Amino acid sequence: MMAECDSYDCDETLRELDTFLDSELSDGTRDAIREHLDGCPDCLSAFDFHAELKQVIAIKCHDDEMPPGLLSRIERCFDVDLDGDGKIG
Amino acid sequence: MADQATFADQAMEFAPQLYSAAMRMTRNRADAEDLVQETYLKGYRSFHTFTEGTNLRAWLFRILTNTYINSYRAKQRRPDESDLDDVEDMYLYRRLTTLGDGALGRSAEESLMELLPDAEVKQALEELPDNFRLPVILADVEGFQYKEIAEILDIPIGTVMSRLHRGRKAMQKSLYEYARTRGMVSAEPASTTSGSTPPES
Repeated sequence: MMAECDSYDCDETLRELDTFLDSELSDGTRDAIREHLDGCPDCLSAFDFHAELKQVIAIKCHDDEMPPGLLSRIERCFDVDLDGDGKIG
Repeated sequence: MADQATFADQAMEFAPQLYSAAMRMTRNRADAEDLVQETYLKGYRSFHTFTEGTNLRAWLFRILTNTYINSYRAKQRRPDESDLDDVEDMYLYRRLTTLGDGALGRSAEESLMELLPDAEVKQALEELPDNFRLPVILADVEGFQYKEIAEILDIPIGTVMSRLHRGRKAMQKSLYEYARTRGMVSAEPASTTSGSTPPES
């Protein structure tokens, strides 16, 4: 009998919430957690909530519009000998 | 060989991501612009040290993060290391799903996307102390793996994990407090929403 096949309880599952959602688990642990979630609506609800929250944070904190001119300002610097050492940059 | 023309070709596509991260770090547009520009200049000048075939995006974020820590954090006179209060696990979830006093009136259909305004999500992140904010930006906004974050910030993976965990909980607490301030806390059970004022969209 393989210990890794033992299914996880709620505490063990919730403890891995972060690492599961961050895709940082080994295949064995991930499968054990998926198996628990299949049969546990309470834990599944908590996992769904945090997956949604993570997505919302990613979208809402990532929508800054670049100021016009920043890109060309950077690219212009690439063509200039800024520090006077005879080399560009 | 990693030459400078290659850098100009390959690195510019990451500018929008670097700029968003810089906004979350410096919390103002002028500093964010300067930080991104400085990052590209440093990258351009030191591109010969970049190993081709490795992750250019992570390399640029490492420069961005180091530049922020070394220049901008000092300029903003933010404390080097500040700590966070301990917050219970799943802070927001417990409060959004509990039926009863103090629960937010969240209907089953209302998504967190609608419930949490953009400005409050940004603010909750930007208020975290640096040593918690940087891992959260890198993991949750930029999608880096623990190992990459450990290399970018030069801290052990275990430290990345614990700071992420605590930083996320503190963010959840802020988000809940903002929602409460906005008057979104329903004194009634969340299932009876009649009579309550709907949130502004």
